[in-house]
Amino acid sequence: MPTTTLASTNVELNDEGFFVHPEQWNEEMAPELARQEGIDELTEGHWKVIRFMRDEFLAKGAGPSVRMLAKTSGISIKELYQLFPKGPAKIAAKIAGIPKPRGCI
Amino acid sequence: MTVRVVIIGGGTGGTLSANRLRRRFGEDQMAITVVDQDNRHVYQPGLLFVPFGLTHVEDIVRSRVRQLHKGIEFVDAAVDRVDIASDQVFLEGGEALPYDVLVVASGASLVLEETEGLTGAGWMEKVFTFYTPEGAAALEAALSRFDGGRVVVNVVDMPIKCPVAPLEFCFLADWYFHERGIRDRVELTYVTPLDGAFTKPVASEHLGGMLKERNVELVTEFNTCLVDGEKGRLLSYDDRELAFDLAVVVPLHGGAEYVGRSPGLGDELNFVPTDERTLQAKAAPNIFVIGDASDLSASKAGSVTHFEGETLVENVARHLDGEPLVEGFDGHANCFVETGFHKALLIDFNYDQEPVEGHYPGAVGLPLLKESRLNHFAKLLFQSVYWHGLLPGREIPAVGAAMPTAGKRLDTPTRKE
Ligand SMILES: Cc1cc2nc3c(=O)[nH]c(=O)nc-3n(C[C@H](O)[C@H](O)[C@H](O)COP(=O)(O)OP(=O)(O)OC[C@H]3O[C@@H](n4cnc5c(N)ncnc54)[C@H](O)[C@@H]3O)c2cc1C
Repeated sequence: MPTTTLASTNVELNDEGFFVHPEQWNEEMAPELARQEGIDELTEGHWKVIRFMRDEFLAKGAGPSVRMLAKTSGISIKELYQLFPKGPAKIAAKIAGIPKPRGCI
Repeated sequence: MTVRVVIIGGGTGGTLSANRLRRRFGEDQMAITVVDQDNRHVYQPGLLFVPFGLTHVEDIVRSRVRQLHKGIEFVDAAVDRVDIASDQVFLEGGEALPYDVLVVASGASLVLEETEGLTGAGWMEKVFTFYTPEGAAALEAALSRFDGGRVVVNVVDMPIKCPVAPLEFCFLADWYFHERGIRDRVELTYVTPLDGAFTKPVASEHLGGMLKERNVELVTEFNTCLVDGEKGRLLSYDDRELAFDLAVVVPLHGGAEYVGRSPGLGDELNFVPTDERTLQAKAAPNIFVIGDASDLSASKAGSVTHFEGETLVENVARHLDGEPLVEGFDGHANCFVETGFHKALLIDFNYDQEPVEGHYPGAVGLPLLKESRLNHFAKLLFQSVYWHGLLPGREIPAVGAAMPTAGKRLDTPTRKE
């Protein structure tokens, strides 16, 4: 598994770029992770989503899907896509250092 | 004292729970009431075959009451809400059903209004779903008139009932247009919000390959924002556009609406948060959940519902005796995937084990993750097993609740969290 240095700390990522150990993450790593996803600056809106994803993960053990994210955070799916054009749940999960939200089956 | 058990829903889970409980407890020990909003029990796996004229709606619908054993009361009424604090179910119209134990078996419902345009222009003319009897029948008529063009099969969001059904629809459509001699005039596209054909990696790769072989285009990570029946196009939130002449849409699923009117019972999508091993609702110790109504990560499938039955009944009994619950359910799912041309493939998995290759249930048995005629016949046989084995709550020979590993190639990956 690849290790990377983020905010001068070694972290382990899986093949798809998600954190293997979410506890290795801290907020200082977020801007760099965001740049890798093509987001140059994290606005208040981005942060709201990132913190929300993180809290959901810590409370429930899994990150929410886009629709659950929209329902529980009160941010519409359209706005979420404006913030994270390449897929809100997936990209925000990456930046928030939590595992890929599983499409429950 | 007679314990009062109320079961909301007389579909797969409600019926098999009622029958299993009735066998275990005498009528002087337990009064069982099943509530459903109508008396039409649909064999839902049959809906997949209706659009292709392989079966008809009237052949897959039976009376709900007649599937229930003697000594079970059936109430034909819609539930308005559950009041957890006072242990009562309120029916539309105001009547109250008090309970000692509540079994939630109200399944998943389609939330059409969540997708803009879905029921607008073109609905039931060029935009269909086969997830309802009416939709499946209307689609049959439309397909028989269809003589070429672009067909998109679109899953709006997960979770859905029987996650393989839309893929099976593609395989059968490929076969159907072949049979009619117009396959070369039809462009088939499968449009999914997932990043592959299916959620589980091994099966996803396999099923993805099967789409390719059949010349079905795969469009992934497409989150549908608008179904525009008038112009014949799907739009995604990230501004992709797909044109169609006929759209087959699997709408967003949620739990039953009354769950939203029952404080503390459900989540944002009206699914009921449930312990994944004991099937006890998180809302209260005397509420248990079976089938599609729960928020479990297990597939929403009849086979899963069947495998849950044993744990559910055992834990209702233990709860009544004040004993600790069994962590009996392992997430076992077992799906026959109809692949067209009279073949089918079988996948078998649980919370921890991905679907892999091998044989089911042991070294000699049905081939796993491989197309075969044997699997197709097993799938056809299933309707009879459903009415005569699964609903009455019998054990089905060779199909135990815990996932078997004997005939499997387990060198392939398991789920890691
Ligand atoms: C097209 C299709 C294909 C499928 N294929 C397969 C397959 O091949 N294999 C497989 O294993 N599974 C398959 N399934 C899934 C399977 O049918 C379901 O998972 C199973 O029926 C779930 O059982 P349930 O008891 O949870 O819900 P249901 O059987 O749907 O029962 C829920 C009941 O609750 C009632 N209800 C809801 N709200 C209220 C209310 N307010 N008041 C009173 N009653 C209410 C409903 O009327 C309904 O009867 C398929 C499903 C579909 C749609």
